[in-house]
Amino acid sequence: MSTGLERQPAVEVTEDELEAIVGDRALARDDHLNAPGFVIRPDDVQDVLKDLRDEAGFDHLANLTAQEYPDRYESIYHLRKYADPTQEVSVVVPTTTDEPVSQTAEPVFRTADWHEREAFDLVGIDYEGHPDPRRILLPETWQGHPLSRDYDQEKPQLVTLTEHANPIQPDHHDDESDTMFLNIGPHHPATHGVLHIETVLDGETVVDVDPDIGYLHRCEEQMCQQGTYRHQIMPYPDRWDYVSAGLLNEWAYARVAEDLADIDVPEYAQVIRTMGAELSRIASHMLALATFALDVYGDFTAIFQYGMRDREVVQDILEDLTGQRLMFNYFRLGGVAWDLPEPREEFIEKTRDFLDGLPAKVDEYNDLLTANEIFQIRTHDTGILEPEVAKQYGCTGPVARGSGIDYDLRRDDPYGYYDNLEWDVVTEDGCDNYSRVLVRMQEVEESAKIIEQCLDLLEDWPEDERTVQSNVPRTLKPDADTEIYRAVEGAKGELGIYIRADGTDKPGRFKIRSPCFHNLSALPEMAEGEYIPDMIASLGSLDIVLGEVDR
Amino acid sequence: MSSEQPRQQIYDSTAPSTDTRDSRIGEGADDRFNSKLREAFGSTPFILTKFDKFMNWVRGNSMFMLQFGIACCSIEMMHTYAIKHDLDRFGAGVPRASPRQADVMIVPGTIVSKFGPRMKRVYDQMPEPKFVVGMGSCTISGGPFQEGYNVVKGAEEIIPIDIHVPGCPPRPEALVYGIAKLQERIRNGESTPVVVKPYELEEFGDLPKDELVQKLADDIDEDDLVMRYNWADSP
Repeated sequence: MSTGLERQPAVEVTEDELEAIVGDRALARDDHLNAPGFVIRPDDVQDVLKDLRDEAGFDHLANLTAQEYPDRYESIYHLRKYADPTQEVSVVVPTTTDEPVSQTAEPVFRTADWHEREAFDLVGIDYEGHPDPRRILLPETWQGHPLSRDYDQEKPQLVTLTEHANPIQPDHHDDESDTMFLNIGPHHPATHGVLHIETVLDGETVVDVDPDIGYLHRCEEQMCQQGTYRHQIMPYPDRWDYVSAGLLNEWAYARVAEDLADIDVPEYAQVIRTMGAELSRIASHMLALATFALDVYGDFTAIFQYGMRDREVVQDILEDLTGQRLMFNYFRLGGVAWDLPEPREEFIEKTRDFLDGLPAKVDEYNDLLTANEIFQIRTHDTGILEPEVAKQYGCTGPVARGSGIDYDLRRDDPYGYYDNLEWDVVTEDGCDNYSRVLVRMQEVEESAKIIEQCLDLLEDWPEDERTVQSNVPRTLKPDADTEIYRAVEGAKGELGIYIRADGTDKPGRFKIRSPCFHNLSALPEMAEGEYIPDMIASLGSLDIVLGEVDR
Repeated sequence: MSSEQPRQQIYDSTAPSTDTRDSRIGEGADDRFNSKLREAFGSTPFILTKFDKFMNWVRGNSMFMLQFGIACCSIEMMHTYAIKHDLDRFGAGVPRASPRQADVMIVPGTIVSKFGPRMKRVYDQMPEPKFVVGMGSCTISGGPFQEGYNVVKGAEEIIPIDIHVPGCPPRPEALVYGIAKLQERIRNGESTPVVVKPYELEEFGDLPKDELVQKLADDIDEDDLVMRYNWADSP
């Protein structure tokens, strides 16, 4: 499908040119393993980011990492290009410990809004000029900033629930206007977990939406900072995006740690990883479809159950491969835990059977969903997300591709075995809920193609070259002050990890860039001005997982 | 024939009701209506039992679950409801979106500080008698996230739990087993003792003293704060 937004080859910006753009504003250089880094003053943030965006084309604020050193606070803006994500630059903004105030980047990149709220919440940096400086993940009453150095975890915290004071409010009407305030969630079937959406309604039209997150903030970053690189971190990624997308998440950690510690992965293991990851993607997209139908139709009987049926098959295959249904913990640094299950032919045949049956199932979904008139009326031209807006919010994955943004890290920033396989990146230019569903449906077919090719490779792989793991030292201690940001294409989009090594066997800072976090932050753009059922549909089409939003 | 008086043969006969049926629709036509139970009861389609016993049996066999997804375990919970595992086979598979219509709450995931009070509120909204199944390690102790600054170390800090299903996440089969165990307990009229929180004891002291308050207060064991109140014997 022609998108009108065909991929333009990105102009390569050399380091000299970058230095010229940043100019005198660069106090020092602080290069990361993945990108050149510039240290700037806290009041130059907007200027520098604006110049880098407009003159050098860095239009994607992939991540914002905040951390505290003994002598300073630091915010790192990781910039990339949608047109070519291998071009990266880091902007490092140190502030003093006495007065951690830094200029906000929100006017340049909308997505900095939520990121800076998170940085304030967890680390304690203030962003001057921020439009909405509230806590985002922790309750309003929380004392202290848990990822700062002097935080005392043993101190009890008091969390109140104001709604308890007056459980039956007499009237939800606003006195002055004609609008009505409505709480959706945190316990609500359409929020896909524990999301709280504060909605203001004018009649049936949504006037204002404020997603309130943090109901599943399980301190994933702290957990990873407490674990050793070699084995203790790997189980956690499974629990970020827990919709069977475990292998994709594990790959995010495997990729960043392997690049950090310079570990090779045998090619055979890469093929297994690629196959496993795509199976995970199919399972994840199946659930997205199933729950989307549940949201739009309230259909618990047909499509939801069909989706679950197909997921069961995928989960069976993954269980054969990894030994677990949901939390696989199958990747190791330098490879995978073990080879394909024996007898190998049986496993390959079982997977092939599933792939052979898939086209018929996809037809079934098309009959039930995408070709269905009711479904089309419900989803066409609702939840519009323009590509420029999507880029401002840092949307990636099927959400961005449904808005015609041709961005897929599997192709653009290749890893694993994707480079050697035949497959296509799916984009749709409808920008609406329907397009996002279509993208997922077609990605299932593309994933099937990838798995098919991997199976062929695995079947014919020479017997004596089936190495599943390379030699990795028992204790990994990357050099102190090595910093790296790496991302993979998760089920929901760009899943990135920033690690700063501090010379020990545990990361000094472990920051997760979650695609759902960005995608969800774009919800107000999609929902405001629409009917409330369309907002629910938009939320479903974003396919968020709260474990990954809140981390 | 007047329907006010039962027919004579019903009074007299203790034979299975197959006779009448056979004369109506022909012999051996259909075995469906002729259950073993029916045979055993003879012509009297009544069962005599204690009402409490009957209620427990009913409760155990028709449980409405609260549709309540928190974290990873909710994915396995959905698989338990869906085809293949199909929890409905055991009379416990109707997820209700509103806590006011639910009997059982499966707590499928990590409870964090911000969600804790909300979960308590959802639990409070469920009508009595209510039962809770804690699914996964997080509801037991906080699981893999126990050391987190924001994680409640087990759902039992907030609400009483009848059955714990360990695992991270438990397989659907394990959840089915846990629920079957819960049903068994309900059928036997057991439920977890209600534990009173110290602050609740204080609030209790503020209530005006009357007969009911006195009786309830007497039921609280001051050592372990367990409430020995038995709803079956309630006045």
